[in-house]
Amino acid sequence: MTDVLLPVAIAVPIVAATLPIALGPRYENVGWPIAAVATVALVGLTGAIGAEVALGGQFSHALGTYQPPVGIELVADELSAAVLGLVAVVSLATLAFSRVAGPRGNPFYSGYLLLVGGLTGLVLTGDLFNLFVFLEIVGITTYALIAAGRSGASAYASLKYLVLGTVGASLYLIGVGYVFLATGTLNMLDVQAQIVEQAGYVDPLVQASYAFIVAGLALKIALFPVHVWQPDAYQRAPDAVTALMAALVSTTSAYALIRVTYTVFTVDFLAANDAITTALLVVAGASILSGSALAAMQSDLKRMFAYSSVAQFGMIAGAVGLANETALLGGMVHLIGHGLLKFGLFLGVGMLSLGYGARRIEDLASVAREAPYTAGAIAVMGLALVGIPPSIGFLGKWYIGLGAVESSLTGGGVAGIGIAVVIFISTLFTLAYVARLIERFYFAGVGLPDGHGDDASDPAVTDGGRKDASEASEAAGVPVSPVEDAPRSSWVPDRVPPASLAVLVLTALTAVGLGFAGFALAEWFDPFLTEVFA
Amino acid sequence: MTGVGAVLASGTAATSALEVMTTRHAYVAFALLLCIGLYMMIANPNLVKKIIGLNLFQTAIFLLFITSAYVEGGAIPIVASGAAETETFVSPLPQVIVLTAIVVGVSLTAVGLALCIRIYDEYGTLRTDTLRELLRDEGAIPERPQLGDGRVATDGSAAADGGESDD
Repeated sequence: MTDVLLPVAIAVPIVAATLPIALGPRYENVGWPIAAVATVALVGLTGAIGAEVALGGQFSHALGTYQPPVGIELVADELSAAVLGLVAVVSLATLAFSRVAGPRGNPFYSGYLLLVGGLTGLVLTGDLFNLFVFLEIVGITTYALIAAGRSGASAYASLKYLVLGTVGASLYLIGVGYVFLATGTLNMLDVQAQIVEQAGYVDPLVQASYAFIVAGLALKIALFPVHVWQPDAYQRAPDAVTALMAALVSTTSAYALIRVTYTVFTVDFLAANDAITTALLVVAGASILSGSALAAMQSDLKRMFAYSSVAQFGMIAGAVGLANETALLGGMVHLIGHGLLKFGLFLGVGMLSLGYGARRIEDLASVAREAPYTAGAIAVMGLALVGIPPSIGFLGKWYIGLGAVESSLTGGGVAGIGIAVVIFISTLFTLAYVARLIERFYFAGVGLPDGHGDDASDPAVTDGGRKDASEASEAAGVPVSPVEDAPRSSWVPDRVPPASLAVLVLTALTAVGLGFAGFALAEWFDPFLTEVFA
Repeated sequence: MTGVGAVLASGTAATSALEVMTTRHAYVAFALLLCIGLYMMIANPNLVKKIIGLNLFQTAIFLLFITSAYVEGGAIPIVASGAAETETFVSPLPQVIVLTAIVVGVSLTAVGLALCIRIYDEYGTLRTDTLRELLRDEGAIPERPQLGDGRVATDGSAAADGGESDD
């Protein structure tokens, strides 16, 4: 009976999505409470699914009692339970921020719940075509939510994402069509068996199918040459939407890539098609390098972290292409960890822009004095993104790097070493832009009229010091000051919404805490890895 | 899946280009429509025409599914209770897939056109080149494209190149 949890988890947000619109004419502001109730229910269901997977391993549900391979199947295993946990927790946490920061209005919460339902379905489905449908539900709602930003630029960013995202989903659909021609089935596990039985791994139809699917998902994930929609979309979307999107939308697409690669096409397919794996690794490497380099050049905070996502997803794609147990573990850990970190970072950026009107790095001089807790949490998560232990960011990168070196040592050629080197370079770039941020937060206010420390007025300071201080004050401009109606709390000096601050600090602590959970994570994903690499 | 099997069996046989054109013309049309749609999305500066290109692109995929499901002399897969299953039936799955994909395509077109209306209200143009200049004046995108944003200017072509190179 517990298998009925799976369809219920998808149905709850989607059914709830109709309520804000239906009740909208009668009650004002009914959207947020409905979204909160539905998301809390989803967190509960996710907990139950997680417990079920922990106790009894993977389980599935045949929709409408049509047995697979004919009917559509929903499956929960260790990987999908982990990603589902991220989806549920992050969407609940986003609500705390969107209540204060907006966008307001009932239609927004309808779109929000549809997005959550689509993400849940994307994670749980065991059918290739069903995956396409959920991919498009997620896509369409994301376009609508981006356009919830008031400016015309956000509509343009959304349309750009719509065109590229639809091409991506359509390429995925062509891939599904090819594999359907080759095997005559759509159920993931059945396709896995039928590829061997009816076609073989080197059948051109199967190869083309995988190439189309990877190209399509790469567009959705925003890997290097096809990432162009992503910085604009992240920058122009309302802050709450950016936090949700950055944490979940690309993450679930990357989950789909892992799922299709390892559950449908299997490791043997990758081993039989060297050219495809090499191409994937080259794209991943280019993605890692260019994403990091572009991120280091940005001065808009949201744009900077958006390019950083391109690099991090390059690492995950690299982990997929390496086809190595350690690397795949790293990829999965990084998938979860990156989602968590990007949620926290975009939430922090959104809070700073809400309370202080600061959107660019230059605006942030000595923000740590004004908002010590917000700045501290962002700094901690930035360092976690660099990969400084103990943090979840370190674990993911470490396992991917280790797996890359291992695959080279066991006869995988230079590609593995190449990926490891590229990850190392990317870490340096990440340090460069995170350090720039931390420097702004903690040191850039020195010498300002209102600045911290007393260098500027200290007569004992040498001429050189005085000169530096005045130069610094010229370069740093004015210190940040809160906007007029910034929220105020009696607990902390930060002029940011208190509930969001609690969420932010909690996210930072979780990111650090999970850094100690390396063995637990390895144990959790072990059944999935054993199945895949059996 | 007899139709699929037949297509596969004959597809593996060595065929000349002319034979492909005459016997597999639906697949050729699929590839052509796909490329025309993709080219239209990249090359046409008008946003509405980009969306028309997108529709063409999706229609090509519907054609692929429908063609692959065609069975010579196949009947509707409805068997009266008690009747013997002697006829050749068509697999209903591709038709269902295309129906669903059409629904998805229609909603995408609706969202896309709604966005076009908003952009037109805001800027009074639907041409991407004019739009980009207006956005630049507004400060929404940087003055002279830096390295980071230089790619944005060539978004369509870069996206298409990347998408194609993996195939």
